[in-house]
Amino acid sequence: MSKFKKGGGKELPAISTASLPDIVFMLLFFFMVATVMRDSSLKIKNNLPSAAETEKLGQKNLIMFIYAGKPSDQYKSQGEEAKIQLNDKFANLNEIASFVAAERASKREAEIPQLIAALKVDKETNMGLVSDIEQQLRKVGQLKINYTTKKGSGLK
Amino acid sequence: MAKRSAPEVNAGSMADIAFLLLIFFLVTTTIEVDSGISSKLPPDIPPPDVKIKQKNIFTVELNKDNEMLVEDELMKIKDLKAAAIKFIDNGGGENAAKEKCNYCEGLKDPASSDHPEKAIISITHSRATDYETFIVVYDQLVSAYSVLRERLAKKLYNRSFKEMEASYDDSKSPEFKSEKLKEKISNIKAKYPRIISKAEPK
Repeated sequence: MSKFKKGGGKELPAISTASLPDIVFMLLFFFMVATVMRDSSLKIKNNLPSAAETEKLGQKNLIMFIYAGKPSDQYKSQGEEAKIQLNDKFANLNEIASFVAAERASKREAEIPQLIAALKVDKETNMGLVSDIEQQLRKVGQLKINYTTKKGSGLK
Repeated sequence: MAKRSAPEVNAGSMADIAFLLLIFFLVTTTIEVDSGISSKLPPDIPPPDVKIKQKNIFTVELNKDNEMLVEDELMKIKDLKAAAIKFIDNGGGENAAKEKCNYCEGLKDPASSDHPEKAIISITHSRATDYETFIVVYDQLVSAYSVLRERLAKKLYNRSFKEMEASYDDSKSPEFKSEKLKEKISNIKAKYPRIISKAEPK
């Protein structure tokens, strides 16, 4: 009989998963802090271009977003042409004026000159649409704009 | 009497609950992009009829095939920044107040721009140009101005222009909203004003 028993007797202790919740909670808190709730669901493709000379946008409540791009896959029925999206729905060019007016009406008098129109436009959009939007903004006197871009270099 | 120990609460499902919450947040939120290139549109009034000399205008044209023509010659986008710096910083003449550009380090070529205050960059594009191309070009031009402002800030105040702007806006820095710093920043901005004009597409 050998002095050293081989295997069998003792079972491998189970790996403790007690710290698993802690890890998951840590991830959860990270995502809660680093992200914001989506306020309007995008109906268009919105792959932003990147640029190096970006500035941080200031106060969140002083920004109005104008989205533009090709309709995303589930809205194919809207056609292939790039479209504008204001708030939650597709819009025409002439609706921009009333959109800006509505945004202004919801702000205090002193804040109106500080309002910025952020253009979130898809990479593949034609400049024609972008300059049409700009012409509309000029007509209503919304001159401060911002081309929202990702950080990085656009040079290839 | 026998001591009974309190039964341990089973925490095995805690991980499941946490995962559920995690997945919920992953689905409903986005990492918002909150940075971009600021720009200002011209007011909607007919432009005043001022004569601008051709040599003070640096024309950048983007065609429908996303090619770039600078001063009517084809150019690669990576060469644009250097060309723009050369044009802005030329300082071959005088500004409106008849002063020479004493901070320019350019070639002083009489056939190029007179003064950074007079140098205008004009972008024209076709309706079919891609937005991405426009942004890359616009970004290069803005960064040409940043390079010059950065250089001037180093020379005049021996600090970086970006850092000056950051400490003006940072509530924790001692120079938060300081009048002195504001003066310095606007001095540099006035010496190299960012004049990028965007013409309506043809």
